[in-house]
Amino acid sequence: MTVAARAAAGDAPPADEAAAGEHAISTEGLTKRFRGGQLAVDHIGLAVPRGSVYGFLGPNGSGKTTTIRMLLGLVHPTEGSLRLLGADLRDGLDPVLPKVGALVEGPAYYPFLSGWQNLARLDAADRSADPRTARSRIDHALDQVGLLAAADKRYRAYSLGMKQRLGIAAALLRPRELMVLDEPTNGLDPQGTREIRALIRHIAADGTTVFVSSHLLAEVEQICTHVGVMSQGRLAFQGTLALLRSRGEPRIGIRTAQPAAAAGVLARLGLADIDADGTRVTARLGGQAPEHVNAELVRSGVPVSGLETIRPSLEDLFVELTGEGFDVTG
Amino acid sequence: MSPARRAAAGLARWPRYYRSELRIAFGRPRNLLMLAALAGAPVFFGIVLKVNTPEPGAGGPSGAGEFIGQVAENGVFLSLLAIYALLTVLLPLAVAVVSGDSVAGEAGMGTLRTMLTVPAGRLRLVATKYATIVTFSLAACLIVAGMGLLMGVILFPVGRVTLLSGDTVPLADGLGRLALIVGYVAAGLASLGAIGLALSTFTQHPIAVMAATLVVVIISEILDAISQVGAIHPYLPTHFWFSFDALLRTPIAWPQILHGLASFAAYAVIFAGAALVRIRRADVTC
Ligand SMILES: Nc1ncnc2c1ncn2[C@@H]1O[C@H](COP(=O)(O)OP(=O)(O)O)[C@@H](O)[C@H]1O
Ligand SMILES: [Mg+2]
Repeated sequence: MTVAARAAAGDAPPADEAAAGEHAISTEGLTKRFRGGQLAVDHIGLAVPRGSVYGFLGPNGSGKTTTIRMLLGLVHPTEGSLRLLGADLRDGLDPVLPKVGALVEGPAYYPFLSGWQNLARLDAADRSADPRTARSRIDHALDQVGLLAAADKRYRAYSLGMKQRLGIAAALLRPRELMVLDEPTNGLDPQGTREIRALIRHIAADGTTVFVSSHLLAEVEQICTHVGVMSQGRLAFQGTLALLRSRGEPRIGIRTAQPAAAAGVLARLGLADIDADGTRVTARLGGQAPEHVNAELVRSGVPVSGLETIRPSLEDLFVELTGEGFDVTG
Repeated sequence: MSPARRAAAGLARWPRYYRSELRIAFGRPRNLLMLAALAGAPVFFGIVLKVNTPEPGAGGPSGAGEFIGQVAENGVFLSLLAIYALLTVLLPLAVAVVSGDSVAGEAGMGTLRTMLTVPAGRLRLVATKYATIVTFSLAACLIVAGMGLLMGVILFPVGRVTLLSGDTVPLADGLGRLALIVGYVAAGLASLGAIGLALSTFTQHPIAVMAATLVVVIISEILDAISQVGAIHPYLPTHFWFSFDALLRTPIAWPQILHGLASFAAYAVIFAGAALVRIRRADVTC
């Protein structure tokens, strides 16, 4: 449709639509202060590109679940704006929610119903779901998570891993544009975690945007294209995984029998943050090339027995961003 | 989809959602047990009265007594007796339990968030829950009346019905009046269900809702028995519950019935409305 035709048809302004086209989720100044004063989410501006796998990371209590609840319309923000698949929160999210598969804070189902019956119940509540295809869609969703054999088992009798997978099956009941998964690997053993990861990869391969939260970096690091890092309700970092990696400033590490002399050379070269420890000297590289530093050392007669460039691990960067270890309960 | 199209689709597919809610309410083992108890009570009453047949008029001049004395002559009265006897506690209990499950139960289990992200729609969810409560109330009354009638037919003679006003009407007329009574009592229980529904939107503990709803019934019944506070009697939620005896007189005292129905409707509108307002605003954090 041309702009003129669109205007004539009285549709939404195209500028808005273009912005919505890039991002599956975008928020500005999104804030939640709970009654009682707890500031759970503090002015965060999420930008989740369409087609990305966005890892939403942060220690326990950093505000991930509260954010996800706001994204899905479960919790009303105190402040800020939010767009989900182009829909503005102020106009209500129900029109776009059928395009969003969600798993919030672990699966929750009726214990006395089977997995199949639980999914049928969700599908029955969905006014935009076609009842004629319900059967095949439920079977297919259960099949995708490997639960078809246990379809008629009561939910009560499911193991934790099966429950988690049923939660994901619910999100797969219909083709989705966006999946919002809150700690989908929580409580799973390494094998189960691997399975969920493979499933997420599979979902993302179809072009579905995946927004997945975790308090464990290692669990999502391998599948994410983008990350957002939460720390005490604030978004401490957001961007591609590559950008995050590049943020870590490289250091040079030198092994030498004359550490004092080496430190002197490094200081002369203008390297900062010099740290001598026994026979090992490290410093921030800044813009210097390591081979140039090496040449200078040799020229100054410092015996170099080993030289390396050290990049901080992602884990180190996270600790730096969140101010604490990743497993720490906050 | 445009809002109008969505609304149309929502309406067309509502019966499926409603049926699935009914399957939960009527399929839940605990609720089935409750319905079985409601079905068993008239059987128990029938057997007791068969073994230990009271003299006609022996039960006393009013209340359940009016019916007890008549059961031996006409089994239809076993049905009325059962409704009368169970309306004090057991029938309200059944409604209170289902109201507790409606929103608080879902919140407690965490299924509320799952349903809302489907999305079931907040208002649509609460409206469907209320429809389920109303259906359950009616079913509970039908079970009590039906089992009462069945046992009455099995254990006692059945024929022309002598009304409370002393007139005698044909059996078919009597059964018609029984059907109206079932509808009236179910309407009273449905108004209680609205109170339970509203309470249910404030907590995630279904037991608390059940208890609070029963407390409402008991306090209302106590106040209704204290003549010093007669001025508030017409405004009590249970005041008109037992007014169905108007349907057992000739002519039927319609003003009394309509007054009762108006009271039920007022309670239903106010409290179901409160539930809708509350659910719209609520943060679903469990
Ligand atoms: N309903 C609530 N009322 C008050 N505080 C809450 C509520 N829910 C969460 N919080 C608080 O908000 C903060 C963020 O919690 P949450 O979003 O669950 O974090 P995460 O999912 O990252 O572990 C925590 O400090 C938590 O105690
Ligand atoms: Mg959480």
